[in-house]
Amino acid sequence: MEILVPILTAAVRSGTPILYATLGEIVTEKGGILNLGLEGIMLLGAYAGFAVSYSTGNPWLGVAGAFCVGMILGLVHSFICVTLKGNQVVSGLAMTMFGTGASSILGRDYVGVTIEGLHRFPIPLLSDIPVVGPAFFRHDALIYCSYGLVVFLCWFFTSTRQGLYLRATGDNPRAADAMGISVARTRYFYTMIGAGIVAVGGAHMSVAYTKMWAEHMTAGRGWIAVALVIFAIWHPARAAFGAYLFGGVEAFQLRLQAAGTTIPAPILMMLPYLMTIAVLLFISIRKGKGIIFGAPAALGLPFFREERD
Amino acid sequence: MRLSLKVEPRLETSRLLGLMIPVLSLVSALAMGAVFLHFMGVSPAKAYSTIVRASLGDAYGISETIVKAIPLTMVAIAVMLAFTMLIWNIGCEGQIFMGAIAAAAAVRYCFVDNRLVMFAIMFVLSGIAGGVWAAIAGFFRAKWNVNEIITTLMLNYVAINFFNYFIYGPWRDPTSLGFPMTPLFPDTARLTCYCGTRVHAGLILALLLPLVFWVVLRFTRWGYEIRVMGENPKAAGFAGMSYVKNVVLVMFISGAIAGVAGMCELSGLQGRLQAGFSGGYGYTAIIVAWLARLHPVGIILVSFLLGVLLVGSETLQIVMRLPVSSMLVLQGLILFFVLGGEFFRKFRIRIVTGGGHRASPEALKEGE
Repeated sequence: MEILVPILTAAVRSGTPILYATLGEIVTEKGGILNLGLEGIMLLGAYAGFAVSYSTGNPWLGVAGAFCVGMILGLVHSFICVTLKGNQVVSGLAMTMFGTGASSILGRDYVGVTIEGLHRFPIPLLSDIPVVGPAFFRHDALIYCSYGLVVFLCWFFTSTRQGLYLRATGDNPRAADAMGISVARTRYFYTMIGAGIVAVGGAHMSVAYTKMWAEHMTAGRGWIAVALVIFAIWHPARAAFGAYLFGGVEAFQLRLQAAGTTIPAPILMMLPYLMTIAVLLFISIRKGKGIIFGAPAALGLPFFREERD
Repeated sequence: MRLSLKVEPRLETSRLLGLMIPVLSLVSALAMGAVFLHFMGVSPAKAYSTIVRASLGDAYGISETIVKAIPLTMVAIAVMLAFTMLIWNIGCEGQIFMGAIAAAAAVRYCFVDNRLVMFAIMFVLSGIAGGVWAAIAGFFRAKWNVNEIITTLMLNYVAINFFNYFIYGPWRDPTSLGFPMTPLFPDTARLTCYCGTRVHAGLILALLLPLVFWVVLRFTRWGYEIRVMGENPKAAGFAGMSYVKNVVLVMFISGAIAGVAGMCELSGLQGRLQAGFSGGYGYTAIIVAWLARLHPVGIILVSFLLGVLLVGSETLQIVMRLPVSSMLVLQGLILFFVLGGEFFRKFRIRIVTGGGHRASPEALKEGE
């Protein structure tokens, strides 16, 4: 138990950026839009969060800034995918390239600078529970927000009218259209909100986790999040489980390196990526071929509303 | 009078439009890029003129552009080949690394002092390494429908870490003063360079491959099969073509091409494994393949164009102190605009008046 607690704590801390990214992508994909640009959005979110925190001294403004940047990127993606009916995979790749490049140009003056960032804020009483307390309730407030977001999204998707409209748009846009829901408007809205959440994940890395900016600091977490959405079968609570699992693997390999293991660092660093493949393989074999349960049926397909004269 | 825009599908795209759209996409992406660079505190005029001068300004610049275009062409063919079956090979970057590792292993462990034999060994091993790396993802995709975009991408990170393992660990040159690199290859394992430039014999492969695959895809039975399978896997299944077998095969060939591109880059250019071995050719090649609309011969042309950008970005790093990855902004924008261009290829926009009837000159006059 004594060894487990620090690993669990670290798992939650390093899993949170992935969790935000996964939740954002779930929101986007529920509406039927596939956004593969998470890596780029996270990087620009991390940059925006850092830059705004640095210049205003207020990390929460940084998080808000990251959310806005994410929304703008989501707007671009939905313009291409919804209005221009472009290929969603290519648009996502373009977003990744653009975000990686733009964040490295914009962030070139911030390399090596540190900020105070978000402080740890143990929740009284809850943080005294053995094991669970230190693992979940001795973090920064942005991590607590992610717990709230998981609960909110679970409720929102299944128990609200708006959530139903969103799912209808992703599962059967033609039926949603017949119900009087604007497919285009719904997809625009949730792609933007989703991208905003993804960017907050990036901001968590720079504002709360590392408290600094570095080029390519997300190191593939955006892509891991894309895989986790499938692992989570589009369910927010399972997404949290998956994200902490990955956070745990990362924390574990860092701890092994720090402990001076004989296993070379590059081999240990392969772990999260190999695990992503293993997880994806496991899910796909178990579900068999065909439609994976929970996947929005119209995911990745543009919607053509027939013109009526 | 009310005016509105009406979007309707085009039945056919004229040849002129087909050529104009990529050019216009590229021009608008560069214009948009200029705006972005300006807001990021970089002078676009200076950046663009530096790029052009460095890559096209003199014979040396042009030769450097060709050096970049060689791996780009080869890898774009790899991307294109997988995509004829609607399989995304985003993992070329990793396959390049695996090819390079295999080639280096060949030189290290089975060195033959005969250029022809040495290259035969390196060629085969790097092809197998890259091919197997891609075929893994292909097999998972064909057999269990595992998303190949994610698996190929994850395998990139695995391959790069594998590469790092060798250059930081067992293969590190003891005389390199701690720099992560292997010893320089002997001359027998180096490709010939032409005219005193760094343009190496990989050029021949880069020019041959597109032609070979153009012929294969157009005129052979197998080429026809995989094109059908890409468009309609079900129908192909009924016709007795094996989907799993062909996906694995196509991914193997695709990966093998990327692996061989890695070998050419290694023995033609760098001569040793070292950190930062491939500057994202695997990703840039995706743009090449798309901008060329998956046409093998178009790929040669577009590779040269993007070679200009890559040479430019290296110069920008020195002259304007921009990070190497900054040119990804332009690459991303080009992809965005290519997608935008696709829209105008497939649809036309008409201005409609009033109740949605076609706007005729008479109707316009009446409206006034």
